[in-house]
Amino acid sequence: MLKYLLKRLFQMVPTLIGITLISFFIIHLAPGKPTDVLADFNPKITPEARERLEKYYGLDKPVIVQYGMWLRRIVKLDFGESFSSDRRPVMQKLWDRKQPLIDRRLFITFMLNVLSMVIILLISIPIGITSATHRNSLYDRITTTTVFIGFAMPSFWFALLLMMLFGIHLGWLPISGLKSMNYAVLSPAGQVWDRVSHLILPVFIASFGGLAGDSRYMRSSMLEVIRQDYITVARAKGLTEKVVIYRHALRNALLPLITLVGLSIPGLIGGSVIMESVFGIPGMGQLLFMSVMTRDYPMIMCVLTIGAVLTLVGNLLADLGYMLADPRIRNQ
Amino acid sequence: MRKIIVFCLLLFLLATACKGRPKAVMTPLPGNGAEPPEYGDALVEGTIGEPSNLIPMLAGDAASHSVSGMIYNGLVKYDTDLSVIGDLAESWDISPDGLVIVFHLRKGVKWADGVEFTSDDVMFGFKTIIDEKTPTAYKEDFLQVKKAEAPDKYTFKVTYGKPFAPALTSWGSLVVLPKHLLEGKDITKSDMVRNPVGLGPYKLSRWTPGQELILDSYADYFEGRPYIDKYVYRVIPDSATMFLELQAGGIDMMGLTPVQYTKQTENEFYRTNFRKFRYPVFSYTHMAFNLKHPLFRDKRIRQAIAYAIDKSELVDVVLYGLGSPATGPYVPNTWPYNPDVKKYGYDLEKAKQLLKEAGWSDSDGDGILDKDGLPFTFTILTNMGNNLRKNTATIIQWRLAKIGIRVEIKALEWSTFVNEFIDKRRFEAVIIGWSIGLDPDQYDIWHSSKTKEKEFNFIGYNNPEVDALLEQGRRTFDLEKRKKAYFRIQEILADELPYIFLYVPDATPIVHARFRGIKPAPIGISYNQPKWYVPKRLQRHGMEQ
Repeated sequence: MLKYLLKRLFQMVPTLIGITLISFFIIHLAPGKPTDVLADFNPKITPEARERLEKYYGLDKPVIVQYGMWLRRIVKLDFGESFSSDRRPVMQKLWDRKQPLIDRRLFITFMLNVLSMVIILLISIPIGITSATHRNSLYDRITTTTVFIGFAMPSFWFALLLMMLFGIHLGWLPISGLKSMNYAVLSPAGQVWDRVSHLILPVFIASFGGLAGDSRYMRSSMLEVIRQDYITVARAKGLTEKVVIYRHALRNALLPLITLVGLSIPGLIGGSVIMESVFGIPGMGQLLFMSVMTRDYPMIMCVLTIGAVLTLVGNLLADLGYMLADPRIRNQ
Repeated sequence: MRKIIVFCLLLFLLATACKGRPKAVMTPLPGNGAEPPEYGDALVEGTIGEPSNLIPMLAGDAASHSVSGMIYNGLVKYDTDLSVIGDLAESWDISPDGLVIVFHLRKGVKWADGVEFTSDDVMFGFKTIIDEKTPTAYKEDFLQVKKAEAPDKYTFKVTYGKPFAPALTSWGSLVVLPKHLLEGKDITKSDMVRNPVGLGPYKLSRWTPGQELILDSYADYFEGRPYIDKYVYRVIPDSATMFLELQAGGIDMMGLTPVQYTKQTENEFYRTNFRKFRYPVFSYTHMAFNLKHPLFRDKRIRQAIAYAIDKSELVDVVLYGLGSPATGPYVPNTWPYNPDVKKYGYDLEKAKQLLKEAGWSDSDGDGILDKDGLPFTFTILTNMGNNLRKNTATIIQWRLAKIGIRVEIKALEWSTFVNEFIDKRRFEAVIIGWSIGLDPDQYDIWHSSKTKEKEFNFIGYNNPEVDALLEQGRRTFDLEKRKKAYFRIQEILADELPYIFLYVPDATPIVHARFRGIKPAPIGISYNQPKWYVPKRLQRHGMEQ
């Protein structure tokens, strides 16, 4: 087991280097440079001034040399400084130790994604199971339609509709941001509610769109399982339907879902970009979007590397979870 | 069941969305603005981008400049009619030959930490901006300075190699920095980047990254304490979300899009609760010809195209009427603007006649003009993502088809557009915009020496008279002489038409109606922001924190 784990961790290194190399080249291939924001079509910039700026950012060297320099720093876990004019270390932008934990970008994105993932699982697993056991019933059709509406609806548009309903017409929930203007003067309970109320809409939107995938997987994997012989045996033993489904069938049906959750991490990071921009939430996705717009290479690379690491770790955890759950794989 | 609920919810959403009478904010706001100014309240402005750096000379983005403009002042500033008036400098003298400017600074002005502002601070800022190691885009004006001196605490003297009229206004807010806090430090790593100490009307109190910046009024501000106690910038990257926040009372001020200005705010709610403003932005959109291209060498061709384009149609359709037709490279109602230049009204007959004179006619009857067997077709390039320009190009394409010119439109990603096409001169015509500096000097755009790659006379314009006038305009401080030079330049440009000047768009901010003291002027509304106030009975934000 330990040997397997070590082997897997060791294999992650070349994969990670490969991912960063390709990412690095692709973002440099995209036309434009970080200095364009300052320099393009600004009559006050002379060609010499442009060269000075490019040299200042190290952009005058070939891309492969720039990648080598980047890699050398990364080994020491130094992600460099942002190219935006504040020149802050990129890690500090994501994880600002001066801010309270709940205001750090990486934490905000992480928390939103974990929250919506938990909600997705909590809702989609029961939906999947029940619609499998009541296959082709009215209930099955209604749930299927509902989750697909969520899947098909553009999230930014649905978000705006809900903001209009709950933020303006009913006035129940705040529209955007993470906390209210008067947060500092609220009572402790008021502060907690203020934070929670700001999260309700974004988490709901993120979860609603994600229900379809997991619940459909759950449904089909459950359908697969209840056709197996051992389920027939269990029923033949005279067990109640509840025991058959929830003890015998569910455990086996859950296996594919473990892999699916591990694979969903890149999608979640991508989704955060949209959600955080629409709701004005200062997370990692919003920062990534702004960095791409200004070609802030070190910042983009930092977010992409963190995303790659999370994905690889997610895959590893999924495989480990699979091993724990399935003795057949464990013993191979 | 669930499906029905969702369906009902959607119906309800649609139904309510159309009615649009929110109850979140309803403060009836009568009042004629005659109430006396009072201190208090906060103004919350929505901003799409977050500032990145609050040291003005290091910042490149609009958001940073807009916030640091509240925190720092300059030696001079623009008055409402664009003439130059003193700010931190009480007055200044210019030597008769125009080579020396002596600024007499205000006495008793204090930085927010209590230290007095002196000429050393200006000297320090000047040395910093011309320093090789300072990554700034605003160096060039200061490299023209031959010598800078600070003979005493309240005098600052600069000497130029040649008279340089834009020099005066370059001493705005870029170079006033607190020497006592920055000396000997690497400015790019300084704490001042995010925790500035300034001497302007407001000072930064808290910055929560990605969320908001809260500025407190500076009680010892040299022009008097601002009436509004807090100025808050809320970062909301999505403009639709920002508009909803405006309606819900989450923000008091934002810039509207044309649709929001002309349609979504045209109802009772907005009329009672908000005030909209409209004034020209300092920029213009134009169609530029590659004058090296055989098709556009002939002035008559360019004039014919100008006659075939209906500028007011462009303003009405593309900008929803929120703009004005442009006749030259200056904004209407500012002093360099010449209203009496040759204008090209929409006139198809004149256009056709000019083309005929130039030798173009439809000899093969296919609807497209030709000359020596070649059809008259060209491509308009513009940058992707700017729908205003793309729509403009489409309308021009349709108009030119009427006089027998076939136009193709190509939209390119910005960097490709600039690096591969503009810089390499691989274009026939482009539609782009210039933002106009507040000083009328446009040497870099029109002078015949500025045609190399990466320089801005990319159309290859060459007119010795214009060259001389540009030189003349930047070498004198005499406003009348400058005005004469720039008026003449506009006459020549209007006749030769290296560009077809299309339109000047309007800025369209909206501000909550409880704010009084706003006086719209050609340079906008925010110039007198410290004098805005809210009558006591209407103040919304009380003793927070």
